[in-house]
Amino acid sequence: MNIDSIQNGVVLDHIQAGKSMDIYKYLHLDRLDCSVAIIKNVRSERLGKKDIIKIDSPLEVDVDVLGYIDDQITVNIIRDGKRVEKRRLEPPRKLVNIIRCKNPRCITVAEPQLDAIFLLSDPEKHVYRCAYCDTAKGKKNF
Amino acid sequence: MPRNIIDVTDLSVAEIDELIATAEDILADPAKYQDACAHKQLATLFFEPSTRTRLSFESAMLALGGSVLGFSEAASSSAAKGETVGDTVHTVSCYADIIAMRHPKEGAPYAAAQFSEVPIINAGDGGHNHPTQTLTDLLTIHREKGRLGGFTIGFCGDLKFGRTVHSLVNALSRYEDVNFVLISPAELKLPRYVKEEALKKRGIPYEQTESLEDVMPELDILYMTRVQRERFFNEEDYLRLKDSYILTPEKLETAKADLSILHPLPRVNEIAVAVDKDPRAAYWKQVRNGKFIRMALIMKLLDIRV
Repeated sequence: MNIDSIQNGVVLDHIQAGKSMDIYKYLHLDRLDCSVAIIKNVRSERLGKKDIIKIDSPLEVDVDVLGYIDDQITVNIIRDGKRVEKRRLEPPRKLVNIIRCKNPRCITVAEPQLDAIFLLSDPEKHVYRCAYCDTAKGKKNF
Repeated sequence: MPRNIIDVTDLSVAEIDELIATAEDILADPAKYQDACAHKQLATLFFEPSTRTRLSFESAMLALGGSVLGFSEAASSSAAKGETVGDTVHTVSCYADIIAMRHPKEGAPYAAAQFSEVPIINAGDGGHNHPTQTLTDLLTIHREKGRLGGFTIGFCGDLKFGRTVHSLVNALSRYEDVNFVLISPAELKLPRYVKEEALKKRGIPYEQTESLEDVMPELDILYMTRVQRERFFNEEDYLRLKDSYILTPEKLETAKADLSILHPLPRVNEIAVAVDKDPRAAYWKQVRNGKFIRMALIMKLLDIRV
């Protein structure tokens, strides 16, 4: 299968196999005008299988969303057909308006116009807690 | 940015010690503080009913020479017209120097703090937090035991929805040598996140049991709680669990002579009235202490020193 290499854009590599559509959705890549290639189940020495997304536009990727979904993803910035930067991700300390609290007693459910804020409470287990009511949300619930 | 108290852990241990010292000084010489907050205004925004908390805040501000405005139920505020917490608080912060707020929704004071130009004190947000009750509890323990640490404390009753329990466990976990005994029916156990954040992360041992009688002789402090009807979605569950633990003079026969019995009040029937006469009952002193620790907190947040 041939997919053209990109000249100026972003390649998201080492995506856990099967997660690429989640990332496509949460980065709102459907709103882009440019070419976006989703390559699924690519062989990988490190992961066995992985997904890759190639975006043919020099957009600023929301690394908070990516770090929340999967901090093993690498973000490669491509300029003039060459990789000029490789970013590794960390789980962000704070998530704003990326996920919402499901606790029916939480004020953000009663007043959805409030910013949904989650804070990283356990980096090892990747647990976030609603800053308002402390309800936990793990990566698996994404 | 104003300083807010949303959770008791917003205060460092040193700050809590300082508040307790101020409260002790007020208790010793209230006249010294009678004009400390002259010309300052406290707004009490109570979106759900309360007797002790609201009146103790108001009494505290009046005893400091300040004045008080506010409402005691959501129906008498613009919340009844659909106004958001943020807009209500933004408005009130134009009139008052400090706000004490109670709301049935968890996290409402955290939301309010984003819109306020004056300090916000969380006076209880649903089943979540109640930091000034915790400060009251800490002052009471300090006055009863002479220290904050080096004792075994049993929490009994509704440990799941009991916000005062969550806050006090959190606060006491920061002190040395506190043994926790958690006494509740299986359905009302302390939430896992409180155990993990406050106890397990810090390597603090704790014991869980369903029998108050079994652990009574070990306890230096017994913190009783009410099974709260308003926290249940299901009336059947409330009726099944409401009488799980009732403290009577007979149950206290095996308790230590210097046990201190605390309760955040109001009680329904979980402490028999006959226990009130027992010298180990400290809950009415606890109510009184609430006023003095709130006086200390109001002064701290308004940056007033005497």
